[in-house]
Amino acid sequence: MNISHDPWIWIAAILTLAIFSFLYKDNPLYKFAEHLLVGVTVGYYINIYWHNAAYPYVIKPLFIEKNLLTIIPFIFAILYFSILIPKYSYFIRYPIGFLLGALNGMAISPEFKEAILVQTKDTILPQFSLSFDFLNSFIIFIGTLTVLIYFFFSLEHKGILRGLSRIGIIFLMIGFGASFGYTVMARISLLIGRLIFLLKDWLGIIS
Amino acid sequence: MKFLEYLAKIDRRIIYLILVISIIIPLIKPLNLPVGTSHPVKSLFDFIEKQPEGAVILLSVDYDASVYPECHPMARAIARHVLSKNLRLICLTLNPAGTGLALEIITQIPNEYNKKYGEDYVFLGFRPDITATILGLGEDIRKIFPYDYFGNKTDTLKIFKDVKNYDNIALVVSISGSALPVSWIYLARGRYGQDIAAGVTAVMAADYYPYLRTGQFVGLLGGMKGAAEYEKLINKKELATSGMDAISISHILIIIFVIIGNIGYIFVLKRRKK
Repeated sequence: MNISHDPWIWIAAILTLAIFSFLYKDNPLYKFAEHLLVGVTVGYYINIYWHNAAYPYVIKPLFIEKNLLTIIPFIFAILYFSILIPKYSYFIRYPIGFLLGALNGMAISPEFKEAILVQTKDTILPQFSLSFDFLNSFIIFIGTLTVLIYFFFSLEHKGILRGLSRIGIIFLMIGFGASFGYTVMARISLLIGRLIFLLKDWLGIIS
Repeated sequence: MKFLEYLAKIDRRIIYLILVISIIIPLIKPLNLPVGTSHPVKSLFDFIEKQPEGAVILLSVDYDASVYPECHPMARAIARHVLSKNLRLICLTLNPAGTGLALEIITQIPNEYNKKYGEDYVFLGFRPDITATILGLGEDIRKIFPYDYFGNKTDTLKIFKDVKNYDNIALVVSISGSALPVSWIYLARGRYGQDIAAGVTAVMAADYYPYLRTGQFVGLLGGMKGAAEYEKLINKKELATSGMDAISISHILIIIFVIIGNIGYIFVLKRRKK
């Protein structure tokens, strides 16, 4: 056992235990750690945005390098704060409108291609062959079709539609099961990460 | 019968305690259970492996500390692989909280291989607006990042003498606990045909498999298991590998809990019907 002498490790370890204490029941120690996290996160974000965005791309070019073109985005940025003055709060619509318009214009075409066209193409059955690839494609084809039928509400699910939508439910349940399994692994991984920190960095029990 | 009824009402704190014990024991006394290599992880490894010396890999550290145990080992392993193969590394982050984590990678790992900053690797830092940044990298990296994280003009850095945009980047690897890898697919691949790979948390992994199947991702690391597989492939065992025994044991335990819980639930249902 080789307990850490680093005060920052001790602070991190105590805060980790304070958060874990919620597993027993809600308590002031947990509340303190939770509020501290929120405060530190906000402070950290402001700092990062200032040093990585506001200063190098707005303040420095505009006020130090005298690049007057920067005044346009600067004015747009200032308009965001108009929300704080009720009389002029409508000015916020201009930067939001510009941003939404520009970003949608830039993103819609490539997103449509990659999210819809490429994904739809993958559900088209390839030429029949005795291979796992064909089997996989066939399962995806049936799964996509039956799940879409399950979510088709314009006709009552009777007869063949009922049968197909039931197959769709089975595919959905398998999908949810796989997601749940992965979620368990994710949450356990996070716990393992903290326990390794406590046992290794703080207490020095494991190497 | 009373025992089955007790199982259905077992206190969650007892389950937590058993779970923590099941994790701590294999951490203290490792079982060294084998870690296999899955196809999505091997694909990414092979893609980087076959790159010629000097090729550029862009590592986007798009996660924050809340997913550190899953994502950080992935980013470290990939950075190690890239630099050990004498490839060049451009690191950036689209998540403001990822800046410190990326900085840790960039200040530690290149030193292991005696790499020169600005020549073999560079850290561009964080830039807000995902869409504009990803699209801007396809036009001119130096315009979208006029300065690197340390305030150096990117124009003056040697690495950017022959690296202008995606045309000069072999692969973008986005490590993330959110939907950012999909943004890379939509914008960098959709518009510029850039090859993309992803390292994601296990929660997200199931959602990303369709993109792997279509070839929109050249490889995929899913959760701590994916990171451990990559650590095994580069032969440098770190955090992810040390957690693998604990994951296996805790999963067995959870399977047992699920079975016991269901037995108790069925018993309670039958009793109510009577």
